[in-house]
This record gives sequence, structure tokens and C-alpha cells, in this order.
Amino acid sequence: MHIVVCAKAVPSTTEVRMDPVTHTIVRDGRQAVINPFDTAALELALQVKDGVFEADGRCARGVAGGADAACGGLRPSSDEAACADATADTAPADRPAAPVTVSVLSMGIPATEALLRDAISRGADEGVLLSDRAFAGADTLATTYALTCGLAHMPTADLILCGKMAVDGDTAQIGPEIAGALGVPCVTDVRELVAVGARRVRAVRGADNGTEVVDVPLPAVLTVAKEAADLRMPSIAGVRRGACARVRVLGAEDVGADPARAGLAGSPTQVVRSFVPQRADEAVRVEGTVSEQAAQVADLIEGMAL
Amino acid sequence: MSGLVIDAARCVGCRRCEKACATAGIVVEGRLAHATEGCVLCGACVDACPVGAIHIERGSAADEGDLAAWSGIWVFAEQDAGQVLPVAFELLGKARELAAARGCTVTAVLGQGCGGPVDGALTLAACADRVILAQDERLAERDASVYAPWIAQLAEEMRPEIILYGATPFGRELAPGVAVRLRTGLTADCTVLEIDPETGLLQQTRPAFGGNLMATIECPAHRPQMATVRPGVFAAMARTRSQLRAEDMPRQLVRGLLARMEAAKVDPRLEPQVAVVEKRRADEGASIAEAPVLVVAGRGIGSKKNLALVRRLAELLGGEVGCTRPLVEMGWLEYRHQVGQTGVSVAPKLLVALGVSGAIQHLAGIGGAQTVVAVNEDADAPLMGAAAYAVQADCVAFARELIARLEARAG
Repeated sequence: MHIVVCAKAVPSTTEVRMDPVTHTIVRDGRQAVINPFDTAALELALQVKDGVFEADGRCARGVAGGADAACGGLRPSSDEAACADATADTAPADRPAAPVTVSVLSMGIPATEALLRDAISRGADEGVLLSDRAFAGADTLATTYALTCGLAHMPTADLILCGKMAVDGDTAQIGPEIAGALGVPCVTDVRELVAVGARRVRAVRGADNGTEVVDVPLPAVLTVAKEAADLRMPSIAGVRRGACARVRVLGAEDVGADPARAGLAGSPTQVVRSFVPQRADEAVRVEGTVSEQAAQVADLIEGMAL
Repeated sequence: MSGLVIDAARCVGCRRCEKACATAGIVVEGRLAHATEGCVLCGACVDACPVGAIHIERGSAADEGDLAAWSGIWVFAEQDAGQVLPVAFELLGKARELAAARGCTVTAVLGQGCGGPVDGALTLAACADRVILAQDERLAERDASVYAPWIAQLAEEMRPEIILYGATPFGRELAPGVAVRLRTGLTADCTVLEIDPETGLLQQTRPAFGGNLMATIECPAHRPQMATVRPGVFAAMARTRSQLRAEDMPRQLVRGLLARMEAAKVDPRLEPQVAVVEKRRADEGASIAEAPVLVVAGRGIGSKKNLALVRRLAELLGGEVGCTRPLVEMGWLEYRHQVGQTGVSVAPKLLVALGVSGAIQHLAGIGGAQTVVAVNEDADAPLMGAAAYAVQADCVAFARELIARLEARAG
């Protein structure tokens, strides 16, 4: 089974400071990190690789438990192994095809390679970075296009995991757009993975008023909520592995991307104006002592005839 | 070719662009700036350049197409178990405004299972010029695997200029699926929508960077232009909270509304993929999204025990309790009480904010509130400027006084 995790490099803070003199946004001094939602997606992928999830859900573990066990590099305990055997008896046909490999795919500037190495040090098998001036300035459609070009140049993915959204863009569109481009089903806002088989996945997703347990056939795209998992720390051996791993860096030509559909040129939307919101102060000031203020507000509420 | 263009004649090599760039995408060498592999075309250097030497050039749009062939505004009307969600009526209200400016029609698009109630469709017909209705078992459960190709195909055939979707969990899954199939733009979570009456260009304003920045986005060369809007951001049309019921209406009116409906088919090859095995409803307690009155607590209430005052005030006003994100993070209240960009967008008639400073993420979630009363010791808190009424006071003392007065009047 091949799992691809899509990851984005984002600034470590979303704070926006304005330069008081030039009235422009101060962007310097911000370190890039992997989007926190994507780290949750990566952790889920690594848990699948660790065999935390079984096909019929009977061995599915609490999210925190799974993460903890994974953190220490522990293998599932013996009773779970027993349970896994039981699963093998009942549902031998639908277990994740071994071995599970995890690739991390990103589109970004060359420096993003360091973040992919970090993902490898935490347990991912491969990193692919799409980096090219032709990809710059992409909106969600052009980003989706680049990522699907990248996916086409990797072993076929059985499961694609994305963060639910990026903290710097908050559009939450890339996952469903990739699913649409590939013509595969999508489950968004995954709070918990319950079971992962070779052909189906069961997951808990956020819904209008609560959550829903859903079954979806593979291949599929899942977008993951932050609370789904906490990314493990790298082991010492992992850090060494990450340091000497080869991250494949591919340009637009390498993945056969049509320049007219990538980057700024391939983006239907354009930002025509951005501004730090400032509201006109039109508030009516309610003056007086606290008691007088309360009386005025009480009158106001009474007048509203709620 | 598109990209960052630097005018060598103007560049003075001041390095302000270098400092403004977060991705080492521009460097100054030999008193002249040039873009590097790190450039993501974010435009920071364009803003920072004091001599106007930098600009971003966009290649001419490859598929300009015939934009004039696209007309009308569509609203995707989401249903749950046959009931049309309120956000559809909020979007129809906004669509009416835009259509009036542009001089075009408004269409609601509704999919539902076979034999579902027709009341929702009738209510939509009362708010729109036309309802495209598909009744098909495969549309009974909301599965984007069926809905997205269906809407995309409809749009390709009927060519609407604009499609609006509610930014509900399903709408956020559906709209991107349609966008990628139509290869058009999609702007998520818009808080302001305006239209150019001449060109039909939709100006879509949304918060970015966690709400610290507002961005206005256009989709100039692709149609349809598509946007999602969170529930509660716009006021519902004519307060259409409850649906019309066919049996309560004069037959002639029903006939008139039925005449606005147009049946649509779903491609027989499409099959639902996502099977809902179990629905788990969140804990009891009314949703703050629908509450007519909200008392919202911020960090300014000081202590968790003061929540009792907040609850009492909400009770006296017949409303619900909301809060800001820090209170949820401190564990004082559950997430479902959180108002704002990452919580719930609300649209009460009255919102009393106690000790809420009004971070932009929070303000993004209260845009639908009719009357906001802000109580804060800090007169310069952003919400004090954004509110209709600003009370500069200790919010706990004020809450006690207000409760006492309301109790006295009630009793």
C-alpha cells in the first residue's frame, strides 16, 4: 500500500505586522514549518505503516494511544497481535497490502526540502518536492494541478492524506480538488481513522452537528483535522536517515506540467487587494457609572422587544 | 510568460525588497534586485519597493473564452434529510442583491432523494427566479462523488456566471470538486461579495492569515465565478427561517412556484462512494449559530467562576452563551461555544460581548449580528469600535448590575 501525504510549508506564525512607516506587511524573520494539519496527516500515515489500524476496526486504538505507542517506537502489544491474527481469520482479503510505504509530497521553494527531510526522519519513506519558478503564485486550482502532476510521477497512491486546511490560507480546498481531479472519493475533516484495509477505509469525520462514521473505497483522499494525531518526534536513527535521504526535487518539465496550467499563469483567481482590516469607529458610547450604564443597556434591550 | 519583473532603470538597490521577502525569493546583487528560485510571487517586494521598480506580470489568460455566454447567479441549496439548510436562504438574499445590480436572474439548485418533501423546493422558488430540482436516490445522502460531477455538468450546460455555496462541511467538500472539474476559481469563506454591474466581475473578500489580513479576490477570465460563504455571515432572505408548506398555501401560488421549477437529471454512471455508517450527534444544547441572543464571554471576564454571570445573563435574555477561542483553549467552555473564524459564525439579533477584545478572527464570526453591545475596560479594544454600543466598564461589575436590573424588571 502506498500512502502519499501532501504537506505545505507555512510560516510558523500567522501574525501580520504592519510597517508603520511604509504601511506594508512585515514578513521577515518567520521560520517555515510543516502546516500543523499536515503533520497530523503524516502521523496518521505513519500509524498505518506501523500497523496500528486493522481492516475491520476491531483493533483500532484511541488516537492518543496510537500516537503514544508510535512515539516510543513500540510495536503493538501482544494482545493486539493476537487480535490481528483473529482479524486475519475473518477478513484476510482486506488488510493493507504490505509493505506500507509513506511518501510526502510538497510544492514549494527549494528550502522546503529541509522539511521533507524532517518528515523522513520521523518515519516517511520518501520525499518529493515540486519546485520551479513556473509553479510560483499558484492558487488552489494551479496547486492542485501541480500536485496531481507530481502524483502521476510517483508510484500509484492508494491513499492520499492532506491536512484539512493550511493555517496561512485556510481555504481547505486542496484535498477535495485533488480528489475531484483524480475522480476519487474524498472524506474531509477526518477526526479519527478507525480501520484501514486494502480496499476500504473507515473514518470519523466532522459533520453539521456532531460527527459521522463513514466507509470509503480506496483510492481516496482524506483531509485530516489537527486533533486526529500528534506527529511523533524523530528517533536518532531517523535523524540520520533524514539527513542522508534523497529528496526528489522535480521541476515543471520533469513532471510534464503544462506551464499554462501551473503557477500564476494557471490560476483563475487573483488577489486584487489585501489589507489589514480596520473598522470605522461608529459605536455609540454608553457613558456614566456602571449602574447608569447598565440601566441604559437594559432600556436598549427592552426597546428591542426580543 | 508571467513572473516577477524588475525595472533595472528604476531599481536603486536599496534592499527593501530583500528584507520584505519571507522566502529569500529576491536578492540584490550589484545594486540590482533579481528574483531567485525562492520567489513565490506573493507581492511583498512589490509593496515594499519605494521606487516602483517591481511588478508582477501575468501572462495573458490562455482560455479567455466567451465570458458573455455565462449569465445568472446560482445558489447551491444544500438539504439534510429533505430540509433545505438556512444558509441557502442567506445566500439567496445576497444573490438577489447581486442580481439586482447586475440585472440577471437567480437560480437555486436543489438535489434530493426520490419522493422527498417538495416544501423546501417551494420555499426556494419563492426566493429565486428558478429552481433546478433533481430528485434522485443518489442525491438523498450528500456525497460529493455524485453531487460534484452533477453540478459541474449542469454548469457546463447552462453556464451560470456565478455559483455560491454555503461553507458547511459538505459545501466545503462539494465546491472544490466542482471547481476542479470546471477548471475555474473558487474563493473560500467570503465575508463580503460585491459585483461590477458592467462586467459581472465578482469581488470576493475573505480573511487570510487566520483573519489578520483581508484579501479581495477576483476571477477575471474563468466562469463560473465561485465562492463559499459560512452560515450566518449574510442575513437570511426575508428571515425565511421556516419553510413554506404546500398545504398552507393557495393552490394558485403553489402552481406559480411550481412553474419556476426545472427538473434535472443525474448522469446514470455516477454512484455514491462514501457510506455513512453511523451519525453521532454532538451533546445537547442549542446551537449558538441559530440563537437570537448571544452573550459572549472573552478573557476579560477574568475568572471561570464569572461564567455563572454570563449564563445567568443569557438566561434572562433568552439566549445562549458564546465565547472566544482562549476560553475554549483554557477549557472553560466547550468548542461548540466558540464564536469566530475557527469556531461558529453567528447571526443573533442581539450580541452582548463581555470582556471580548475583538481579535479579527472573532470579528469575522460575528458579521451577521444585528446589534452588538461591547463591554470592556479598554476603550481601544477593536470590538469597542466595531460594536453598535460600547460600554467602557468592568465587564463583571456591569454584568452584575445588568442582571439585577433585568431581574427587577422581570419580577
